[in-house]
Amino acid sequence: MTLAEPQVRPVAPAAPPAARRGRRVVTRAALGLVVPALLVVVWHLAATSGEFSPSQLPTPGAVLAALLELIGRGELWRHIAISVQRVLIGFAVGGGVGLVLGGVIGLSAPLRALLAPTIQALRAVPSLAWVPLLLLWLGIGETPKITLVAIGAFFPVYTTVSAALAHVDHRLVEVGRAYGRSGVRLFLQVQLPAIAPGALSGIRLGLAQGWLFLVAAELIASSIGLGFLLIDSQNTGRTDILLLAIVLLALLGKATDGLLGLAERRLLRRWT
Amino acid sequence: MQTTSAWAPPASVTLRGVSRVFGTGADRRVVLGDVDLVIGPGEVVALLGASGSGKSTLLRLVAGLDRPTSGQILVDDVPVDGVEPRAAVVFQEHRLLPWRTLAENVAFGLPDGTPRAERQEQVTAALSAVGLADFAGFRPRAVSGGMAQRAALARALVRRPGVLLLDEPFAALDALTRLRMQDLVDDLQRTSGATILLVTHDVDEALQLADRVVVLATGEDPAAGAGIAHVVEVPQTRPRDRADPHLAALRAQLLERLGVPSHHSS
Repeated sequence: MTLAEPQVRPVAPAAPPAARRGRRVVTRAALGLVVPALLVVVWHLAATSGEFSPSQLPTPGAVLAALLELIGRGELWRHIAISVQRVLIGFAVGGGVGLVLGGVIGLSAPLRALLAPTIQALRAVPSLAWVPLLLLWLGIGETPKITLVAIGAFFPVYTTVSAALAHVDHRLVEVGRAYGRSGVRLFLQVQLPAIAPGALSGIRLGLAQGWLFLVAAELIASSIGLGFLLIDSQNTGRTDILLLAIVLLALLGKATDGLLGLAERRLLRRWT
Repeated sequence: MQTTSAWAPPASVTLRGVSRVFGTGADRRVVLGDVDLVIGPGEVVALLGASGSGKSTLLRLVAGLDRPTSGQILVDDVPVDGVEPRAAVVFQEHRLLPWRTLAENVAFGLPDGTPRAERQEQVTAALSAVGLADFAGFRPRAVSGGMAQRAALARALVRRPGVLLLDEPFAALDALTRLRMQDLVDDLQRTSGATILLVTHDVDEALQLADRVVVLATGEDPAAGAGIAHVVEVPQTRPRDRADPHLAALRAQLLERLGVPSHHSS
């Protein structure tokens, strides 16, 4: 059969040659480092200007020395490892529960009416308010810290997933029904792919909030971890270690978010 | 062109005393009141009517996407109960899944569990039937509205439906693309002999494609809902010449029925 319509081939978005794309990535990464480098320079100038005492503002060099000192004592790795472990386990648990509960509540109007107000009220509780209760119930081991991280990771994931599901284009859902999909198959083939972009940004937010709640947990009750390093260095007047802990939290948070962002970009390539 | 063997035998559609009422109490609104209609196997019926005349509601009832308040709908003498597997719907918007390629969207028309080789073969056949064989790997966003709508048509055809339900499928397209789509559906229908129920508000489209044009409108009492106000048989063989004077006469008659006198005098 021949069609009268002229077959104009739309131009598919051409991928730039790998070399050029690679150079662009390097350029962008270099640009992103400009401000941190300037900050270090300003920090160094301020610290050596005589305006501040070393205990108020140690130089970048002193912080670097503190880093080497902690590495030398073999402590640094233990602090980082335990904090990362708490975040990852708490994020997996909280994010997983958020996905399931957000999915169920987003799909079922009766369950939404039953549970959503309670969850919203719990969400309004500031993170630190949970700490005494968790310590009372769960002791001072790993469980209360991981639980607090899970609480932090849960809410962004739950909120984005349930809201996105409630707003999936009903016309696409109707196509799914018209073509014989219902229940789990409708969810997997239409609703889940439709919410994937929104759910992914919720998962990234959940991870960021997991780090936030981790520091809250470690500040108050722990003997190891980056949050403990913060409070311990404050108590012992080691401002260099305090600043080091802040820099490490920034780097670790950025690194884990970057990994998720990479996964997100790979997945979203299908959607655009 | 795919062979007729790729098509299921055309089905008949019967509506017996079908009504659809929305809302209750003060909000109660009768959209369709007591509609009787029989569509023979292989017949093309156009449902014509003003906006809100219930023509899309009727199509959704046949598709099983909605249930009648009273009355019965049969496809090949079997009552429609829930989403009707022997029907395939093409909507006004293409409604392709944006994360799937055109080929994957057409494959969505097949039941889950269709063997891979068979799936591949049928998707390819449906895509070439609508002239999209070269665009299988494109995403809906990367093609024109007309091509997306042709992919939606292929998604319906791949089901080998007993009855093809077209809900204003060309209304969102530009005028020239609309004419090409009409010719495409005309060609596909004549080679396959499919039963088609076409909902449209375009008199020319109805006269170009249909064996019978059914006008839906409310009668003297609007509260009783819309019913069949007028039926026009179109005897001309297809494909039809758009300039056929016989069609012009029917056109004037139908427009009159829709409240648009053909001699517009000031």
